[in-house]
Amino acid sequence: MSDTRVDPAGGFSIESLKANPRQARRERLIRDSLGATALVSVFISALIIWSLFSEAWTFIFEVDWGSVWDIGWFPRRGIYDIKTLIVASLIVTGIAMIVAGPLGLGAAIYLSEYARPGVRRTLKPVLEILAGIPSVVLGFFALKWIAPNLVETLFGGPAAGSLLAAGIGVGVLVVPLVASISEDAMKAVPMALREASSGLGARKVMTTMRVVLPAAVSGLMAAFIVAISRALGETMIVFMAGGAAQTAVYTHSALDGSLTMTAGMTSLARGTDNVVGEGLTFQSLFFVGLVLFALTFALNLIADRFVHRVREQY
Amino acid sequence: MAQTEPEPSPTIGLDVDRKVGHASPESALSTVFEVENLDVYYGSFRAVHGATFTVYEHEITAMIGPSGCGKTTVLRCFNRMNDLIPGAKVEGRLDFRNVPIYDPRVDPVEVRRRIGMVFQKPNPFPKSIYDNIAFGPRVTGMAKKKGELDTIVERSLRRAALWDEVKDRLKDSALGLSGGQQQRLCIARAIAVDPDVLLMDEPCSALDPIATTRIEDLMQEIKDDYTIVIVTHNMQQAARISNRTAFFTAQLDSTTDQRCGLLVEYDRTETIFSNPSDERTENYVTGRFG
Repeated sequence: MSDTRVDPAGGFSIESLKANPRQARRERLIRDSLGATALVSVFISALIIWSLFSEAWTFIFEVDWGSVWDIGWFPRRGIYDIKTLIVASLIVTGIAMIVAGPLGLGAAIYLSEYARPGVRRTLKPVLEILAGIPSVVLGFFALKWIAPNLVETLFGGPAAGSLLAAGIGVGVLVVPLVASISEDAMKAVPMALREASSGLGARKVMTTMRVVLPAAVSGLMAAFIVAISRALGETMIVFMAGGAAQTAVYTHSALDGSLTMTAGMTSLARGTDNVVGEGLTFQSLFFVGLVLFALTFALNLIADRFVHRVREQY
Repeated sequence: MAQTEPEPSPTIGLDVDRKVGHASPESALSTVFEVENLDVYYGSFRAVHGATFTVYEHEITAMIGPSGCGKTTVLRCFNRMNDLIPGAKVEGRLDFRNVPIYDPRVDPVEVRRRIGMVFQKPNPFPKSIYDNIAFGPRVTGMAKKKGELDTIVERSLRRAALWDEVKDRLKDSALGLSGGQQQRLCIARAIAVDPDVLLMDEPCSALDPIATTRIEDLMQEIKDDYTIVIVTHNMQQAARISNRTAFFTAQLDSTTDQRCGLLVEYDRTETIFSNPSDERTENYVTGRFG
């Protein structure tokens, strides 16, 4: 024993087994400071929600509700048709998932189940680099390449940007996200289950479809939820390639230009001077933010329920 | 190897109640596996070198030996399970009913449909008891209709002495079963595709003695229909249940300075345990080594 705590009698007693006070103090200090860091993030979250609610509240109480269900999003003229933004957001997110779901899941299955270790070691980092591309770069790509080359030539849409172009761009953005999380979930399925399946004469595709995917479903669901949340919240790509700058008439066609919730907020928030002092324009920002928050929250709840029902826990 | 004078004592090895009769003369038996000069590599590492032995029909063949002696590796060659490990390579002859299963024309999936496997740790799928048994028949296209599947599920569970315990909860998760029940479920699952051979990789090492006894009894009951090859760490188990025993050991390869698995001796179980011809076998079965 290195410390100096000795029993007055010099023998072995309860004193010998007591904690070293200095070490105990240090332990407490570490625990408390780590707890404090955790509290900070809780505090920040609470602050965000509070600021969101307080301004949104003003909007909810003062707005003329007829203007919230109207012809489009013209905040400067006092027309805050929220369905324009919601529908645009859903269209972009839907297209993004149509692009990213199969591509991401396919890549994940390949990486986790089929790729030889060497291939995997090369492909996975490439995928992660893709995840690190700033969204403004992808926004440019969507505007300058996807819109004229894919949307215009294939679908006859406008070359100057549309919900479809933005959706494909966002899809490209979330492919690595879907692939990476899905792959982790599939890799976590115990090898013993694959061996059991192979040992019964199941082909690889059967093992993947009937054993690995069902066992990984909660992770796969998480991948999709994270991707959908990311797509709903993505701002730069939709703002650049969505085909609308400040205002938008309601549309449910992916080939039109429109504003998503995030793009609508961006177009308003480009400099506070433009926003403040024009009726409820500034507050409408927070109202849209609140709707976005509620949507994402609901999505997480539904996904959680779903996962509890279908997952095969190993 | 120098032939040592056989011990005068009738039993130098384990004195156990054998559950099996003696092995029949080889000439009266059909051959299931013919192994000759088998080498197994993982990458550049040679795990097993020069194994030669024969597995006979309707017998239980045990493979024993210390850790790292390559017995599991050899077992996993029999249904080409080693193919799942990147870098694994097999050389030498391994015939299953006179067909070389490492021939490039052979599809490992077809091999595994005929040669079932039970693993060390019970590995039921996280599905219902019913779906676990029905998995094999479903994925191999053996049975598709509910009626056929029901029959297979019941027959397999009865064969594995599990039916009475689970017949009222076939829809419950297999993970709710005890360890011993899970292992019998895995045996039932393997039987469900009607294999020719059952490979068992230390099937009782994760089980308590009572569950172990049940599995051993079960093996005795089903060996009339199947041929069983079992890897076991437990010498008493090998002595109790098997007709023939292969003793493997790990030996330092002087050229590569790596330990490599080696088949020391293969004979009838009672010979291996009472009158082995190799000193290393004798040391092992008498507990002087390993």
